[in-house]
Amino acid sequence: MTAKAQQPALEALNIRVEIGGARLLDDVSLALRPGCVTCLLGPNGAGKSTLLRVLSGALQPSRGEVRFGGRPLGDWPARDLARRRAVLSQSTSLGFAFTVAEVTALGRSPHRRSSSAAIDRRIIEAAMAAADVGHLARRHYPTLSGGEQQRGQLARVLAQLMDGSDRFDGKLLLLDEPTSSLDLAHQQQVLAIAAAVARAGGSVLAILHDLNLAAAVADEIGLMRAGRLIALGTPTDVLTADTIKAVFAIEAAILDHPNAAQPLVAPLHPADLPCLQINAPMF
Amino acid sequence: MAASRDCEADDLEAKTAASSRGPAIRRPLQPGPAALVVLSLALLVCFILSIGWGAVPIAPRDVLMILLDALGLPVGAEILPRDQAVVLAIRLPRALLGLAVGAGLAIAGAAMQGLFRNPLADPALIGVSTGAALGAVAMIVAGSAVAGALAPALRPFALPVAAFVGGLLVTLIVQRIATRDGVIEIPTMLLAGIAVNALASALLGVFTFASDDQQLRELTFWLMGSLAAITWSALLPALALILLPALILRHLAGALNAMLLGEAEAHYLGFDVDRTKRLTIILTALITGAGVAVSGVIGFVGLVTPHLIRLAIGPDHRSLLPASALLGGCLLLLADMAARTVVLPAELPIGIVTASVGGPFFLWLLARRRGLSG
Repeated sequence: MTAKAQQPALEALNIRVEIGGARLLDDVSLALRPGCVTCLLGPNGAGKSTLLRVLSGALQPSRGEVRFGGRPLGDWPARDLARRRAVLSQSTSLGFAFTVAEVTALGRSPHRRSSSAAIDRRIIEAAMAAADVGHLARRHYPTLSGGEQQRGQLARVLAQLMDGSDRFDGKLLLLDEPTSSLDLAHQQQVLAIAAAVARAGGSVLAILHDLNLAAAVADEIGLMRAGRLIALGTPTDVLTADTIKAVFAIEAAILDHPNAAQPLVAPLHPADLPCLQINAPMF
Repeated sequence: MAASRDCEADDLEAKTAASSRGPAIRRPLQPGPAALVVLSLALLVCFILSIGWGAVPIAPRDVLMILLDALGLPVGAEILPRDQAVVLAIRLPRALLGLAVGAGLAIAGAAMQGLFRNPLADPALIGVSTGAALGAVAMIVAGSAVAGALAPALRPFALPVAAFVGGLLVTLIVQRIATRDGVIEIPTMLLAGIAVNALASALLGVFTFASDDQQLRELTFWLMGSLAAITWSALLPALALILLPALILRHLAGALNAMLLGEAEAHYLGFDVDRTKRLTIILTALITGAGVAVSGVIGFVGLVTPHLIRLAIGPDHRSLLPASALLGGCLLLLADMAARTVVLPAELPIGIVTASVGGPFFLWLLARRRGLSG
């Protein structure tokens, strides 16, 4: 992949975030390159979502700088940024009876003065097809299952980044646990979309919990623990028994994937399985 | 760039091509234009009927002639001077007021429900109605000295101005309480609104308790709402204070749509979330404050009208806001016609009409909702 030699689309340098005296992120540096899918892994509370919020421009870091397209993130007018950067949040609640097509159309909001209705309609249909919700276009969002809702939001996010072409050059896609409520086939499909966006010139960051899913899709994996980026590199370099023990505190064996050049992580049962003492005296 | 495309034919492209043959989206970006046309016509009909309605009935055709004549258009038909006087001096300002207050309450309700992401929200939630009522009642009970000190020409304005200022003040207090680090927290605003509403109601009770019989009668009638007391000189500023903010509110439709997904999503879609919140609150407060100032407290129009529109054309604010305004105008004109008719020769406060029709209707909506989910 020659794309990796390119200038990073987004670059974060020495990010620190402190909120109410707690240090949520400490000295995190990360670059997202065009053509690359980067996956962030780590236990709950490691700071993955906080880092994603900093990279999206929603959260101002206490220290450090984020540059997007060569400009500091804070210098971007909100709408210009929204045309190039889209975020799929962990969960989006919507109680009003928008149809899936209308939810997807909301992704075109930042383009409303620079795009035509015909192009918008084509993009909305393409985004719904890509997220596999085309058949749900007229269904009301609140009546969908969790996984269908998540794919509906994915369609919206894709519509936000698409232009008339089939390219995603200079676009940034940030996904916070995009597979959390999806079945196995749709998990694969969402990650295939992430990879397709990257191959079309976009930069993609995804927070995942499934190490093997990450190993399958990621060009780079970042491992986070306690607000720090512990390791950053290719799946083979990063997913080792030592780093997994350091980050997740579990023993794991690293196997060879039977038909792909990627590591396969098999967690081993911890030797000292804690015994829950329900009846233990409290004092 | 064209050269590099070939090797990157991927799923997305294939799917894009496949989907272009797919079914068209039924209502993708169309702001329900048909509904707006129908509602505009309905509003025109209600408006003409409402002007013709009353102790001196005037045929719709004659109403139209008088209005066209007043606009300086040449009208061939004969116009009775008595009808003309009734229409221009009494019925027209009243109908315009009903139209504006109904439209204002409904559009303000729709915007509030969007802002709070809750279909049960209504403008009263941010304290503006209670605040305006408090201002008005304070003026009725304790303000005679103030009113007396004013020049006679200004006296009729003392009550509406007190109500308007009261509404804005209470809204600003609620907003101030809900602001932390310069950001308005909507859930806190809801709670602060409830608390401040309760406090204002208590003060309202104090004034009611302290009032004499004449004042009590006046304030009770005022609290139940009426379009009867309107004059042209009070109507025109009220129209401006209701319709101008309503027009600005329409421009927030896209932002309010995005806000339904949540504040974070609206931000990611490039909207200035804090500006949207501030503008929605102040515009809603202006509209509701001005409405309450000239017509008293009229409930349920702001709550129920947006519901009806959502049932018919969906929650897209680009059509929801104007359609709610049109329907709100219709409903209040109809309610006013009922208020003028039910207990002839007296007149029922219009708030009683809207509440007695709106309450059961809202219960029906709730039952229907439960039926859907269960």
